[in-house]
Amino acid sequence: MAVKPGDMTPVTWDPKRRHKLDLPVTPGGWETPQAPLGGNRPALSPFNKSGVPGIITAPAEQLFALARTSSLWPLTFGLACCAIEMISTYMAHHDLDRLGVVTWPSPRQSDVMIIAGTVVKKMAPPIKLLYEQMPDPKWVIAMGSCATNGGPYYRSYSVVMGVDHIIPVDVYVPGCPPRPEALMEGILRLQEKIKQDARRK
Amino acid sequence: MTQERPAPAARAHPAPAEAQAALTEKGKALSALLHEALAEFKPAMSAALDEVVLTVDRANLVKAATKLRDDPRLAFDYLMCLSVVDYEDRFEVVYHLRSLAKPARFTLKVSLPYDDPIVPSVMGVWPGADWYEREGHDLFGVNFEGHPNLAPLLLYEGFEGYPGRKSYPINDYQEW
Repeated sequence: MAVKPGDMTPVTWDPKRRHKLDLPVTPGGWETPQAPLGGNRPALSPFNKSGVPGIITAPAEQLFALARTSSLWPLTFGLACCAIEMISTYMAHHDLDRLGVVTWPSPRQSDVMIIAGTVVKKMAPPIKLLYEQMPDPKWVIAMGSCATNGGPYYRSYSVVMGVDHIIPVDVYVPGCPPRPEALMEGILRLQEKIKQDARRK
Repeated sequence: MTQERPAPAARAHPAPAEAQAALTEKGKALSALLHEALAEFKPAMSAALDEVVLTVDRANLVKAATKLRDDPRLAFDYLMCLSVVDYEDRFEVVYHLRSLAKPARFTLKVSLPYDDPIVPSVMGVWPGADWYEREGHDLFGVNFEGHPNLAPLLLYEGFEGYPGRKSYPINDYQEW
């Protein structure tokens, strides 16, 4: 069935034009002629692009890294105006859920700590405690200029000059505050870093 | 080219009598009422824009505050804000008061000498003064006598100095 430009009639799903790369239709499974056409169908598995039964060989460390990458759970934790941008990143417009990022209100089940805002000296001990309560492996994203080096409060009497004075940081996101796109970039970079670290081991 | 800063005299506040003359009718009525009700404490009357400003001696503060709250003609039952100002030769503690029943608002001030910054606490009159007074104690070192717990609220334990004061160095980073 050819689709002309400007043709507004709905097109029924056709397995022959389902992908630009002209992949063969996988035999068996959900794409058999017996399965009803149309509606929501699961996406093609990344392991099954060749059309043959999926086999992947890799060191266990890399497989674990792949799993961790696809399911980063940041601790729900905001300190200043960056937290507002972080919240809007989680919400429907930017939707971090599609990257596998699920916010979690407890350090015990979290992987990532997003330091979103100004770290004052009075708040430093609780931040350290929360970091220590998170199980390994864990990562830290310093969001915004305050968490990076103090930002506008540089050398202030009450502000820590960067959260890396108290806990190790993996990714720094610049901005004051960073836009949601910047935080998403930071999370993508963290995913890359997790995968690269697994390859190096 | 550098821009000249305005001379201090040009920025000086108008004299109390002039400032009072600029008040609205409602403000003048409130000013007269306060002057009459607090006559025993000899308040110094002034004004800033359209707000009545009244200064009392720190020895009379709690008595004046109790009267301001309990007198049915005044009924200033809500302390909106308490702040401390460093004028380098003195401190001023500023109480922004509001009457929810009337409604009316005005500013009460107490002046303190720089080397003896002690003022009685008004927590017994307006319990909401609790954290404001702790903040004033933290940042300016003003001692609010009679406050049950002047532990640091905003600063951490072991902080040295008073960062709200103008004499505090702006770039003084303390390792903690």
